[in-house]
Amino acid sequence: MRATAPGRGMDPVRRVAKPVTFVLCLLPALAMVLDAATGHLAVNPIQELINRTGLWAVRLLLVTLAVTPLRRLPRMGWLIRLRRMLGLYAFFYALAHLLVYLVLNQGLVPALILADLGRPYILAGYAAVALLIPLAVTSTDGMMRRLGRRWKRLHRLVYPAAILAVAHYLMLVKLDLRPPLTYAGLLALLLGWRLVRYAARRLRRHRAQQAGQRSPG
Amino acid sequence: MPIRRPERIRPSEITDEAVYLERRWFIRQGLGLAGAALLGAASPGLVRAAGDSLPHSGKIPDVRPAGRYSTDETPTSWKAVTTYNNFYEFGTGKSDPAENAGAMRTRPWTIEVRGECDRPGKLDLEDFLRPARLQDRVYRHRCVEAWSMVIPWVGVPLADILRRFGPNSRAKYVAFTTLYDPKVMPGQRTDVLDWPYHEGLRMDEAMHPLTLVAVGVYGKVMPNQNGAPLRLVVPWKYGFKSIKSIVRMTFTEKQPETSWHKAFPGRYGFYSNVNPHVDRVPWSQAYERRIGHFFKQPTRMFNGYADQVAHLYAGMDLSRYY
Repeated sequence: MRATAPGRGMDPVRRVAKPVTFVLCLLPALAMVLDAATGHLAVNPIQELINRTGLWAVRLLLVTLAVTPLRRLPRMGWLIRLRRMLGLYAFFYALAHLLVYLVLNQGLVPALILADLGRPYILAGYAAVALLIPLAVTSTDGMMRRLGRRWKRLHRLVYPAAILAVAHYLMLVKLDLRPPLTYAGLLALLLGWRLVRYAARRLRRHRAQQAGQRSPG
Repeated sequence: MPIRRPERIRPSEITDEAVYLERRWFIRQGLGLAGAALLGAASPGLVRAAGDSLPHSGKIPDVRPAGRYSTDETPTSWKAVTTYNNFYEFGTGKSDPAENAGAMRTRPWTIEVRGECDRPGKLDLEDFLRPARLQDRVYRHRCVEAWSMVIPWVGVPLADILRRFGPNSRAKYVAFTTLYDPKVMPGQRTDVLDWPYHEGLRMDEAMHPLTLVAVGVYGKVMPNQNGAPLRLVVPWKYGFKSIKSIVRMTFTEKQPETSWHKAFPGRYGFYSNVNPHVDRVPWSQAYERRIGHFFKQPTRMFNGYADQVAHLYAGMDLSRYY
C-alpha cells in the first residue's frame, strides 16, 4: 500500500497481519454459509442468520473503534493499517444483517417492512447502516486524497453509527440485557477515551492561547 | 432406570392385549434387563389412569387419541420441538436446555397443592395424575418472540386434577412454581429472572378444558428440556405462561405475581394472551414464523382459540390487561 518501495517485500503488516485479519473476519460468514448448506443453522435459520450477522457487525464496529486507542501503545502503530479492512467488514456484516432482515425475514413484503418502520429499534438499525454507507464509499485511497481534511470529519459518523447499532441491540432484547450492556460498556470506554483526549487537547490549546495573550512581548 | 415398585401394581386387573403389546414395545426399546424382568413378572394391570400408565421414559401407553380440542395442522418436527426451547433455568440460549437439562432428576417427583382448598397435600407424580386419563392434544404454540410451532402433547386437563383438591370460594387464582435446584439448573445461579420461576392463571383460565398438564410430547415421556416431568400448556397464551417442571400449585385469592412480569412489568403482563393487535414488546406480534416455514404468517387472536376462550375476557380492555 503506502509502504515505501525498498521495504515492501519484507513488510510484515502487508504479508501477515492483513491476510490473517482478512481470513479471521471472513470466518463468521463462512461458518454461516457452511451451516446453512449443511442444515446446521438451528431450527429457526433466518433468526439465527439475523442474530449472527448483527452480532458480528457490532463486534467489528467496536474492534474498528479500538484501533485508534490501541495504536498508541508502544510498537502498535501498524494497527492503523488494518482499520480500513475492519471497518469494511463491519459494514459488510451490517449490510448482510439488513438484507437478511428485508429479504428473508420480511420476505420483501412491503406491508411487513412498512409496519416495522415505526419501531424505534428498527429505525436505529436502518440509521446505523445508512451512516456507514458513505464511510464505505469513501474508504478508498482516491477518496481520502480527494476529500482531504473533510475525510476525517466525515468518518466521525462512525461514532453515531456505533451508538445506534448498540442501542438497536439493547432495545430489541427480550429480557437478558447483559450481552448488549457488555457491548454498550465497551463502546462507552472507547468513546470516553476519545472524549477525554479531546477535552485535554482543548484545555492545552486554551492555556497556550492564554499564555500567549498574557505575554505580548 | 425405570423400575416400578411392586406395591403400585394391582394384580387383580386383567392385561389388555394392546397394553401388553405396548409393554413389549416399551421393553424392546432397550430399557434394561432388570426393568424388563420386573414388568414381565408383575404382569401389569389394565391401565386406565394416567399415574399408572406413565413410564419413566419412552413411549406412553394407553393415551386417548386427539379429540375435538386438537388442531389438524401438521406438527412441528420432534427435533425442533426438543432442541429449540426457552427454559431459562438451563440457560438463555435456545439449545441450552437440550444440552443441560439431562442432569435434572424427574423421579421421584413430588407436587404440593396448597392454599385456598379443602384437601391440600403433597403427592407423588403418579398419585397426582392417577385419577385422570392421559390424552393426545395437538396444540398451536406461540412464543412471545414471534415464532410458533404445532406440538402434539400428552396430558390431562388441569381442571380434572385441580377439582380433587376442593378449591374453596376464596380460590380466585392458581399460582404455579417450578423446581428450584441451582445445582442442576445453572440458569438459577444468575438473576435473569426471579427464581424459582412462578406463573399464575385466573381460576376460570385454569379450569378451562383447553388448559393442559402435559407429561409427554409425540406420545413419549416429556423430555427434560421441555419441562419434565409435568408442565402447563395454555395454548392461547404466550409460551412463557406454560410453566415447566412444576413442584407446587397454590390456590390464591389475590392475583399472583409472575416471573416475567416482575422482570419487565411494562412488557410482560399477567394475562399475556396471544394478541396480534397489542405488542408491549419492541417487535411486532402481528406475524409469526411457524418453525419450518419460510414465510411469516399472521398471528391469530388468542392464537386461534378465540371461539373457545374469548368469552373469558368479555368486557376487558385487552390493551390494558396485556
